[in-house]
Amino acid sequence: MRTAGIDIGSITAKAAVMEDGMILGSRIIFTGYNTDLAGRKVFEELIKELGIETASIGKIVSTGYGRSSVKFARKTATEIICHAAGALLLDSRVKTVIDIGGQDSKAISVDGTGKVKNFVMNDKCAAGTGRFLEVMARALGSDLDEFGSLSLKADRPSRISSLCTVFAESEVISLISKGETRENIIAGIHESIAARVSAMAARIGIVSPVMLTGGVARNIGVVKALEAKLGIPLIVSQYAQVMGAIGAAVIASRAV
Amino acid sequence: MTEKLKQILIFIAAGFKKLVLRFKKRKPMKEIMMIYYMEGKSARVAGKKVAWITSGGPVEPLIAMDVIPIYPENHGAMIGASKMGVALCEKAEEMGYSRDLCSYARADIACAVVNGGPIGGLPRPDMLVCCNNICGTVLKWYEVQARRFNVPLFIFDTPFCHTEYSEEAKKYVRSQIDEYMVFLEKACGRKFDSGRMENIWRWSIEGQKLWQAVLDTAASRPAPISAFDAFYHLALIVSLRGRRDVLDYYSDLLARMKDRVTRGIGAVPGEKYRLLWDNLPIWYRVRWLSQRFASHGACLVADTYTSAWCGSLKYVDLSRPFFDSMAEAYTRIYLNVGIDEMARTVIEMIDKYGVDGFVMHSNRSCKPYSLGQYDIQRIVERERGIPCLMLEADMVDERNFSESQVATRIDAFMEIIKQNKK
Ligand code: SF4
Repeated sequence: MRTAGIDIGSITAKAAVMEDGMILGSRIIFTGYNTDLAGRKVFEELIKELGIETASIGKIVSTGYGRSSVKFARKTATEIICHAAGALLLDSRVKTVIDIGGQDSKAISVDGTGKVKNFVMNDKCAAGTGRFLEVMARALGSDLDEFGSLSLKADRPSRISSLCTVFAESEVISLISKGETRENIIAGIHESIAARVSAMAARIGIVSPVMLTGGVARNIGVVKALEAKLGIPLIVSQYAQVMGAIGAAVIASRAV
Repeated sequence: MTEKLKQILIFIAAGFKKLVLRFKKRKPMKEIMMIYYMEGKSARVAGKKVAWITSGGPVEPLIAMDVIPIYPENHGAMIGASKMGVALCEKAEEMGYSRDLCSYARADIACAVVNGGPIGGLPRPDMLVCCNNICGTVLKWYEVQARRFNVPLFIFDTPFCHTEYSEEAKKYVRSQIDEYMVFLEKACGRKFDSGRMENIWRWSIEGQKLWQAVLDTAASRPAPISAFDAFYHLALIVSLRGRRDVLDYYSDLLARMKDRVTRGIGAVPGEKYRLLWDNLPIWYRVRWLSQRFASHGACLVADTYTSAWCGSLKYVDLSRPFFDSMAEAYTRIYLNVGIDEMARTVIEMIDKYGVDGFVMHSNRSCKPYSLGQYDIQRIVERERGIPCLMLEADMVDERNFSESQVATRIDAFMEIIKQNKK
């Protein structure tokens, strides 16, 4: 059976289509202010790209902060259960999923049977999320996509100690004015995210193998910093950013 | 306010009271509370004294002395429930109080200045009684108010009971009860009546037992009463324990709950999952939260908060001199004991009420309640293996509440519970 998952996040909207356990395709667009429209648009664009009929999709499940605005979905599920389902589809050995999204980060522990055992989410703060990186990219006048490669060139990562995004931004600005290199500052930013996220994940107990999902997983600098902090390798799939949508499609295939 | 106006107010209050008494045997909560606050507001003209007292403070001696006890914390809850908390908290912050200070304290301190809130401020106190068995914040808060109103303050100091109530603690607390009597005699200008006090203590215990019995009915499936209902019915055991009309109210409530049990009526229609709540309510979101949980078929069948007003019953022995029992009961309340002790209470409740999941409100305001929650969570997960949810918010200050974040956490938590019960 063919199913679809729609994940409306705070920054991007994602869609994925699956058939009998195989991922047919996925798509990402900016959410914008109209979550309802974003859901329809990303789904229609994906259908068109795949050259399939809407009617051929058996079931649709929506997830993410805008999940309830996707009116054409059969049911909704939270990001927690979707990220876990997506991660397990791609690698059934996974025991812990760490997701760093636009406005929140979470750690999810799953048991051997694919059930979610427990989860933690960051508290009301942007530190340790994609938004934090965006603010920093703006302060540094650089493109977020270069962040990963730039940070790998750092020789002495800066120390960003503030937990608050706004304070961290002013720390970054003062580092810039002290003449610190962009590479070192960016590496410091990544380490600060890694510290936050690993402290949060420790609360549920990190068990290997660990998969990193969410848009921030595309940033190799964060991946390396987090691996160093946790002392274990992370599994990063090419579908990291659309994992929620894939998981929603998996859940749709189980729905009765 | 002119004398005339005050007289009219008392007249109306008295008339209203009679009217209510005549037409209804059981007074609804709203009316009881309204009359109570009106009596407080007109106390001066009626020649009565008003004392402000902390929620966990020994109130019975006040009632024995005919002093009207007023609870700034209950007022704080009313402010929160009527969504007036943010404006008052902001006012307190303008006055220089930190945003990290408990929002009950901020709301009350601001309210005393602007006479705002749902009832236009509290009746002016003639004395203050502060018991630190709930937290250390109340000490400074009451000192601020004692200066502001220029009235005497009695501090009832209850040492923290990590595991036990030591001989030293016992002597220390007991001696303060005598000091408390002296304080009251001085403030009221008359002798303390121990005979009357004994009756009031019995009524207080009776009231607490009834309240416990009401909460106990939630052990039935489906639970006839939810924690959200208990938050509402709680007001009397907090504010008026020791008074006789409280007994009528709770006897009646108990009868109604027992009737619901016999008829199989649940607080949440189609109850499927049973949860335990920890910490103070999120007053401005009680209804929203209850609906959100109910939409998953979940009922919060019990909580550590409302049960705190009967949790010390185990230390009360009516055959002992009542002042000894009283000293111990007020010292060993839920917030004044160690984490292991708290976790033990939580686990007892999980077993008693047959709970599937534990919901903790990490309350930015209330540090003594929120500190240690992660440890309690770990202990509960280890001992009972049920999922725990942490919701970050504040009981009164809505600026610390994010609806979509809380909604996602609740939904994900319920997904886990549903999957566990499959
Ligand atoms: S800090 Fe907690 S216990 Fe103390 S007054 Fe505030 S809410 Fe009550």
